Amino acid sequence: MPRTGVFICHCGTNIAGTVDIARAIDASRNFPGVVHADEYRYLCSEMGQDLIKNAINENNLDRVVVGTCSPRMHEGTFRKAAAEAGLNPYMLEVANIREHCSWVHRDIEEGTPKAIALLRAAAAKVALNDPLDSPELEVEKRALVIGGGIAGIQAAIDIAEAGYVVDVVEREPSIGGRMAQLEKTFPTLDCSACILTPKMVEAAQHPNINLITYSEVEEVKGFVGQFDVKIKMKARSIDPVKCTGCGVCYEKCPAKAPSEFEMGMTKRKAIYVPFPQAVPNVPVIDRENCLYFKKGRCQICAKECPPQAVDYEQQDQIIERRYGAIIVATGFDQLDPSSYGEYGYGQHPDILTALEFERLFNASGPTGGKVVRLSDGKPPKKVVFIQCIGSRDKARGMNYCSKICCMFTAKQAILLKEKVPDAKSYVFYIDVRTAGKGYEEFQRRAAEEYDVAYLRGQVGKIFPEGDHLVVHGVDSLSGKVVDIKADMVVLAAASIARADAPEVGRIVGINSDSYHFFNEAHPKLKPVETHTAGVFIAGACQAPKDIPDTVAQAGAAAVKAIGLLSKDVLKGEACTAIVNQAECSGCLYCEAVCPYNAINHIEIEERYHEEMHKRTVAEVNPSLCQGCGSCSVACRSGSINLKGFTNEQILAEVDAICLQR
Amino acid sequence: MRYRYFPGCTLKGQAKNMENTTMAAAHALGIELVELDQWQCCGAVYPLYEDELISLLSPVRTLAAAEGEPLVSLCAACHHVLKRAQELMQRNEDARHKVTDYLEVDYKGEGRVLHFLEVLRDDLGFDKLKEMIKKPLEGRKIAAYYGCLLLRPSKVMQFDDPENPTIMEDLIKALGAEVVKSPYRTECCGAYLSVSEEAVARDTVSKIINSAREAGAEALITACPLCRYNLENCVDQDGKEPVKVYYFSELLAEAMGLQFDQLMSKALERRRGKNGNQQ
Amino acid sequence: MATSSKTRLVEEMQKQSGQDPNGCFQCAKCSAACPVTAAMDLLPHQVIRYLQLGLEEELANSKTPWVCASCFTCAARCPRDLDLARMMEGVRLVMLRRREGNKFGPADLTPEQLAKLPQQALVSGFRKYNK
Repeated sequence: MPRTGVFICHCGTNIAGTVDIARAIDASRNFPGVVHADEYRYLCSEMGQDLIKNAINENNLDRVVVGTCSPRMHEGTFRKAAAEAGLNPYMLEVANIREHCSWVHRDIEEGTPKAIALLRAAAAKVALNDPLDSPELEVEKRALVIGGGIAGIQAAIDIAEAGYVVDVVEREPSIGGRMAQLEKTFPTLDCSACILTPKMVEAAQHPNINLITYSEVEEVKGFVGQFDVKIKMKARSIDPVKCTGCGVCYEKCPAKAPSEFEMGMTKRKAIYVPFPQAVPNVPVIDRENCLYFKKGRCQICAKECPPQAVDYEQQDQIIERRYGAIIVATGFDQLDPSSYGEYGYGQHPDILTALEFERLFNASGPTGGKVVRLSDGKPPKKVVFIQCIGSRDKARGMNYCSKICCMFTAKQAILLKEKVPDAKSYVFYIDVRTAGKGYEEFQRRAAEEYDVAYLRGQVGKIFPEGDHLVVHGVDSLSGKVVDIKADMVVLAAASIARADAPEVGRIVGINSDSYHFFNEAHPKLKPVETHTAGVFIAGACQAPKDIPDTVAQAGAAAVKAIGLLSKDVLKGEACTAIVNQAECSGCLYCEAVCPYNAINHIEIEERYHEEMHKRTVAEVNPSLCQGCGSCSVACRSGSINLKGFTNEQILAEVDAICLQR
Repeated sequence: MRYRYFPGCTLKGQAKNMENTTMAAAHALGIELVELDQWQCCGAVYPLYEDELISLLSPVRTLAAAEGEPLVSLCAACHHVLKRAQELMQRNEDARHKVTDYLEVDYKGEGRVLHFLEVLRDDLGFDKLKEMIKKPLEGRKIAAYYGCLLLRPSKVMQFDDPENPTIMEDLIKALGAEVVKSPYRTECCGAYLSVSEEAVARDTVSKIINSAREAGAEALITACPLCRYNLENCVDQDGKEPVKVYYFSELLAEAMGLQFDQLMSKALERRRGKNGNQQ
Repeated sequence: MATSSKTRLVEEMQKQSGQDPNGCFQCAKCSAACPVTAAMDLLPHQVIRYLQLGLEEELANSKTPWVCASCFTCAARCPRDLDLARMMEGVRLVMLRRREGNKFGPADLTPEQLAKLPQQALVSGFRKYNK
């Protein structure tokens, strides 16, 4: 006979307010196998835990039921207490009589019988519990960072500084990401390149950091501590060891293509570095636009390259490597506003997105740092900024606020005034949102010191008229319709998830929200963790965010990865599936439904009527199994069981609830 | 290509020439438009208030009368009402039961409801049309004016991109004329304000006309009789060479080389013939 | 100012049009899109604001719902997916059913207008603005 102890927590009045504790204790004493029952005001407190430990020893208990809050809150606490008293931690069950009971009832006459039923079910289950052990897993002491923007760079530096080797995989030929495209940063107006490039160089030179640029992650297998990753290194057509970064090749190259870095506003060569401060400073050949790859002629770059680093024969390469932890930092995109026909984006050269406008300020940008109209090269005297293009728009865009636009617009309006002192800016906005240190003050400076006119309202349509753009909008505060004859219009297009974020999520095994931003494991308490152990997220791939938040999150993700890598072994999941191979029919439904690739099939030999026969059966790899239970549901013969949640245990719970009273 | 044709009251009155020119052009293009027998008003307005079902009786009767064949109209307002009534019949089962029970018709929202421009674009094809043009309108600078009712609400009308439509420009190109684009081509002409608030309508219409003129247009085409009325009657052209307003079908017939007297007689002949067939 | 959450006009309008004025965050895109604001005493977004605040009497006295031509530009561009054209029609119909409006009838037209206006426009105008 089991010797079970039941302990009921008042949780102050959280439980005791709706559950008659004395009655629940009395009822518990009569459950089969229960030899002891007690109560306490806060069972999770040290005193409460001691109460349980002492009772285990004094009454020689071999099983424990606690009637408390959700197991997500304190199952670990109580299991640890039970273990300290000498029990196997899995000999303890939690009856959730707070979230499942007292919080959903008001009447003590409803709450009490339900609490008793839940306690009875837990006692029936625990009677069938077996001691379980967690497998131990080795940890590969190497981290992978996907994405080489400011988030990825920061995370990599932090991990490297802690003494672990980290690989950064970046799709583009250079690290730097979106921040490299910015001229200045808010609210301090310091030069983006001046604060970013030292970090890019630090990452490149750090002995523990390995930059794998112009590359993409193709496959991730395995699990926390042991991710097996395939990385495709696209053929750069340049030998990076020989290349000195002299730049002769792209000076001489005759073929051109739109520059991705300059948002297509200017051209780059077919052999190119995306921007002057690129890291690594090694060009790539864009084979789609290279004359040699297209037509078999040219080879000027190879002829001109002093160290003969050009290699047309280079092939894509696959690197296979094992990592203990992964940080996803793949960044964001800017919404293409051409879907908003009323603004005429794409049909007029002086209607720009904010990121395009930003490039006009940059000395190496398409206008050499002169803020001028792309149509006629004249400096714009009236510029209209329109906020929330595709943000806060559940009809045609994204329902969320993109968070950074109010600030970058204030920044650009200030920069404009500094570059073109007689320019006047107008900002059409819905709400000005400037939560952040120094942000509100910055935005007010734009309005008060830089003469930026803020108009609360939206723009109906832009009507090109001669040299001008007539911006037809409303100032809702005065209730006036306004027409502004502008020289240039800047659209604060929404920050959106990368187009291939769902694909990245699928490869890495993390999920995303309805906008394709990656989901954190808990919106408050696990902001950089994901639901996949060992995979962390940082930066704007999780939600739109500014640079300070991105850097903070990158540091947080790095700390989580470091914490993982600092362990030699990890405790795995104890509640894993197990196959009764004598009964398994080998249909392998389980293999098909397993989301963790934890089920394989093997052939076994068995004696049947004096003869040896071979038969296919399923087998679970307990280090991959996460205990989700899908297989045991799918199994037609009932021959897969989940340890800790066996069919017998679940049925005992159901019986305890349904068959009594 | 056979279609049931719903003219609507205006096409037999003020917009007679839109019908005449369309019928003649359709005949020449091998598009058979069979006028509905004993048709009545389209209902004139699509009720935006869900219990105003009485306004739906007329259009649903018309939709049911097409007997599942594609139903074509020319007037932008009629097409708007018919298309939206059909969408409501598909979407709202309760309204459908009430209306069809009252009318004693069996209609579940089936059949294509088309504007003639859609027939030209989707069924005939503008490339094919171009081949059949006899007298291309070379050197003519024409702007399209869409107005509201064909385009919006775009989820229901599914006529074209509501902010950047191309169907009429594609027609103009097919007719051999030069396309002139004005940003006011999808702005409302003011509709009934020409009657109640003339000054306001004058302002909106003048913007449309003057913007087209500044872009170089000598004429506008439209598919809506009320738009045409406003564009012609409610405008200040500041003494400049007036921008002419045509139904799209008038230029279509002209480019097909069809003369007006020919049009009239062919149209009349056709109608007599059709009515004869139906009885 | 009557700011009791929802008056009968608002309730009725909402039930029949399926549009909840509280879904509006007053960005005023509708007013910026509307082609006929010059004839309005309240801008379109202000009509929604009045509906939010339950300012029924002020709405009843406003010209705006009767100026609205149902061009649907507001609805096409509303970031909250609201159909203001339906709300305007709702306000009109509630007023008409209370016999408080006979806003546009044959008597308002000159013989010349009656002769020249397209038939479709006459019928729809009478239907929309009259009961």
